[in-house]
Amino acid sequence: MSPELAAEGTRTVDLLVVGGGIAGLTTAIEASEAGLQVALIEQEPTLGGRVARFHHYFPKLCPPACGLEINFRRLRDNERVNVHTLATVNKVEGEAGDYTVSVTVKPRYVKPDAGDYSTWAESCPVEMDDPANYGLSKRKALYYPAENAFPASWAVDERAVKDPAFIEWAKGCPDDGLDLEMAEETLTYKAKSIALATGWVPYDATKLDLLGYGNDPDIVTNVQFERLSAPNGPTGGKLTTPSGKEVKSVAFVQCAGSRDRDHLPFCSGVCCTASLKQASYVREKLPDAAIHMFYIDVRTPGRLEDFYQERQEDAAITLHRGKVAKVERNGALKVTAENTLTGSLETVEVDLVVLATGMQPAAALVKPVAEVELDENGFIVQTDEATGVYGVGTAVRPAAVAETLQDATGAAMKALQMARRS
Amino acid sequence: MAEQTIKVGVYCAGDDEITNALDMAAIEKAAVKEAKAALFKLHPHISSPEGVELIKADIAEQELNRIVVLDRSERVHPGLFDFGPAVLVDQVPFRDLAVWMHPPKDEDSQMFAEDQVRMAVEKMKHIAPPEASENPVEKTVMVVGGGVAGMRAALGTARSGVKTVLVEKEDHLGGWGATFTKTFPTRPPYDKLADTTVAKLIEEVQAEQNIELRLQHKVTKISGEPGAFQVNLKNGGTPDSELTVGSIVQATGWRPYNPKRLTHLGWGAKNVVTNIAFEKMLQEGTVARPSDSKAPESIAFIQCAGSRDKDHLPYCSGVCCRASLKHAMQIREAYPDTKVYILYKDIRSPGQYELFYQAAQDDPGIFLTKGEVVGVEEQGGGALKIDLDETLLGEKITVNADMLVLATGMVPSTRVEDGIFEGDGEEDLADAPVEGAEGDDGATADGKKMASGAETGAKILNLSYRQGTDLPTLKYGFPDSHFICFPYETRRTAIYAAGTVRAPMDMAQAAMDANGAALKAVQALEMTAQGETLHPRSRDLSYPEFFLQRCTQCKRCTEDCPFGALDEDEKGTPKPNIARCRRCGTCMGACPERIVSFKNYSVAMGNNMIKGIEVPDEDEEKPRIVAFVCENDALPALESAAKRKLQMSPWVRIVPVRCLGSVNTIWITNCLDAGMDGILLLGCRHGDDYQCHFVKGSELAEYRMDNVQEKLKQMMLEMERVKIESIAIDEWDRAIEVINEYAEEIEEMGPNPFKEF
Repeated sequence: MSPELAAEGTRTVDLLVVGGGIAGLTTAIEASEAGLQVALIEQEPTLGGRVARFHHYFPKLCPPACGLEINFRRLRDNERVNVHTLATVNKVEGEAGDYTVSVTVKPRYVKPDAGDYSTWAESCPVEMDDPANYGLSKRKALYYPAENAFPASWAVDERAVKDPAFIEWAKGCPDDGLDLEMAEETLTYKAKSIALATGWVPYDATKLDLLGYGNDPDIVTNVQFERLSAPNGPTGGKLTTPSGKEVKSVAFVQCAGSRDRDHLPFCSGVCCTASLKQASYVREKLPDAAIHMFYIDVRTPGRLEDFYQERQEDAAITLHRGKVAKVERNGALKVTAENTLTGSLETVEVDLVVLATGMQPAAALVKPVAEVELDENGFIVQTDEATGVYGVGTAVRPAAVAETLQDATGAAMKALQMARRS
Repeated sequence: MAEQTIKVGVYCAGDDEITNALDMAAIEKAAVKEAKAALFKLHPHISSPEGVELIKADIAEQELNRIVVLDRSERVHPGLFDFGPAVLVDQVPFRDLAVWMHPPKDEDSQMFAEDQVRMAVEKMKHIAPPEASENPVEKTVMVVGGGVAGMRAALGTARSGVKTVLVEKEDHLGGWGATFTKTFPTRPPYDKLADTTVAKLIEEVQAEQNIELRLQHKVTKISGEPGAFQVNLKNGGTPDSELTVGSIVQATGWRPYNPKRLTHLGWGAKNVVTNIAFEKMLQEGTVARPSDSKAPESIAFIQCAGSRDKDHLPYCSGVCCRASLKHAMQIREAYPDTKVYILYKDIRSPGQYELFYQAAQDDPGIFLTKGEVVGVEEQGGGALKIDLDETLLGEKITVNADMLVLATGMVPSTRVEDGIFEGDGEEDLADAPVEGAEGDDGATADGKKMASGAETGAKILNLSYRQGTDLPTLKYGFPDSHFICFPYETRRTAIYAAGTVRAPMDMAQAAMDANGAALKAVQALEMTAQGETLHPRSRDLSYPEFFLQRCTQCKRCTEDCPFGALDEDEKGTPKPNIARCRRCGTCMGACPERIVSFKNYSVAMGNNMIKGIEVPDEDEEKPRIVAFVCENDALPALESAAKRKLQMSPWVRIVPVRCLGSVNTIWITNCLDAGMDGILLLGCRHGDDYQCHFVKGSELAEYRMDNVQEKLKQMMLEMERVKIESIAIDEWDRAIEVINEYAEEIEEMGPNPFKEF
């Protein structure tokens, strides 16, 4: 990372990447290694995005941190990439080859050379919802943003800086590393290209009235289930229901809000394999638990078919063809599914229900900062050409990591063409 | 740099946490008196600009050229201690490993810390700044294959100003894509078929000045290395033409699965055709039954014809569902009275293609039936009777159709085995001889599975590499390696696969994929020209040097290199190709003569680190275990453990390594000779779902350690004195469990009998 981060004035780059998840991170690194100057703008206090919150990737069942670590290593001593975390783009002007981008950097309230607060932070009296755990837990107002955070720096939750209890406690900082007066900064970049790697949000499961999400703690979404399985999650990787019950049976509800004209009409493409993967978490952690998966079509393209086959052969996993119509509490959680063609109903009772919700493009909720064509679901309409602004990864289509990274590397290609043209 | 000029400065974080835990005077003694560092300084805030200034001043005044910082690793403070290329810096996770993982003010913790300091200084004394290798680079990319992926890749490189040679074996561009009439929707609202853009792509390629087209050419030989690949091209009977290119994109595409093996689905009956043949009918404008040339009143499609089938192609080609939906729409448009039956297991239309599927579902003339086809029978008059089982209704049903289309899948052009065919299905390659299989049959003289993994006989790139002619494949003939996080990584440096040769995909995805491969190809030129290596040690300048006078031509290095970087001369002496090298050190680990070393990473470095460990006498009952840990995964896992204050056995000493593949067995022998009681190797998972960033490193280490254990047995030593375990980056709990359990095991075993010698 360039040490010149705090330099004043307008900086010029070949490519400005919005979003520091796996798509934006890859776009930035690949472009920089091809010789481009890059700015990487991430709104969270750490890079890594949603994949950093997954327990494992399919089909290798390996931790995302493994690949992220290689990418962070490629970034650490890389003077061609300026990384800005807690940063958002507030304005883009100009045209392909010559954009002017205004970036707002929110204060971290922790100085760059502050020490480690693992021990001290335990005494912090102020706690808030931990968005990184999708509401499953609280975190201290002074927190470390991720297991393998980049930058490896603590942060203060902005909701706490005006809290008198926090301010009082912060006076006891062991190394004078906090600065609650830290101010917001605005930076200006000149960029030849802009990549929008703004990613996805899990579809809001509270909109799925009949599936019970929000009414019962033991109905969770697939992204929450990742956190419940991860060793750095709220349970330390021990699989219990959020209400604290032992898990003897789990139901995965596919297409929860997907392929549904009232919600997300498209298919997110990854949720089938994700649920099969999560079934493996259950198999590993709770070998006696029964697993049910309700699906319309199981979509495991390419070599992911092997992954599906292995699980089909597992007697502990029962696959039910049917769309789940209702989830309700009646002692246990009762999942009722309707076979869409025969109309017949099927019911199973389980301790935990995982709703396989789909990927909604972030642009469906927050307008993109640069001018792009969006489809009616909020995905950026993409071309293969170097037009100046490029959607990347799940901002363009629902996609698994590998496909996202093809696109990210391709976006770097377009930026390279643009840079060498002008 | 000669050894006597090396001056090591040791700088330790001197805050209360550290100074209250350890006897700092003794730490200083270990660094200066024992390990001969030039100086030792404590600073209350060493990892800060103030600390950096202190070190800078000392470098200027005292001519220090090696700096050890005892605080936290470079993962925590990246880029902070940069004193130029002549000053090497090692940021030791001292706080993590020595302070957080051990109790304060404790004799054993103190011994751990002193060992760590001595090891760090010893390491610095035996390494030198890397110097970039000089690689001549021809800034030309060669793209093999002129289909959609190849054309898109060529346009990508060409439009970024790089001269591009596009090689196509046919006399025209376009590949399979040129034979398709329409394609899946590419724009909102994603419910209508789109025209293909292949014709436009062809025009653009033909008009592009930076592209040199070589139609009707095949690659007959590629030698050399990134930046300077020597390529021979053949055009019919004319003599080979030769050219030099810097990097390569392989976009050689796919072939349809051989329908001759699908007799159980009716192949052989007159009115059964493949989806490829059906596409051709559409292109020619008439859909007609082969038996009587009449327009069929009903057409059935069997999906997954030979796909998702262990006896045929176990994988899903991903596009056949959509191809049949497309065909159904095209039939319904041209022949509104014709009924279409699609017989499927699962309809796979991911992403926005779901909207396209919905549009087909809305057509009352398209019948979608889920079930397993159990039989196809030809009826009188040429019609087909298709029986299905396991349908949604739980009953057997029968579909009758005038014509049957088998939706066959895609076989990568790199796959050579029975069951593939080329072109229109007339030529069966099932018994094609496998040429050039010598040396790449997957096994070596000593029976070890070889690193190459190349499909035998694909003969597309015709690499004159010691490890085989083509890109090593992973499964089912697809050439790639880290397909999740780093989809472009192949095991042949600067040669990238793109499009359907890499995985089944449609034209839109192939084009997208090709843009990425094009970027990688240009990137390879740029980095190679700087002497930098490529992923995953991107931009590393260090490279292996071979002291060939002592080489015994044992060929271990040339067999083991996961990237095929080493060729051999006729005697078997390795011929390094530095630009192919990814700097993992697997050759260094392989060499029994220890003739391979990097400027900043060597067998000697490891030996001296081992010497830095003080081994207590047997009667002190303090065993010593050396753990060689992968710096990418196992070491960060230990840092995560340290952050949680998990306590590690005080008997263990940590030596980070580039990859377990770089661990030379002499390190193990030296450990035992020095009186260490156990040796532990912590690296990445190997096998089908390998995580090793260098693909084969940890697997080779395991093989080598098996050999070491055999020797231990012969020497009447316990085999368990050497142990290898896989630790993923998120297994901090397990890492500590493994280490501590091993320490207990060694304690129970008792001291290494060589200790007293």
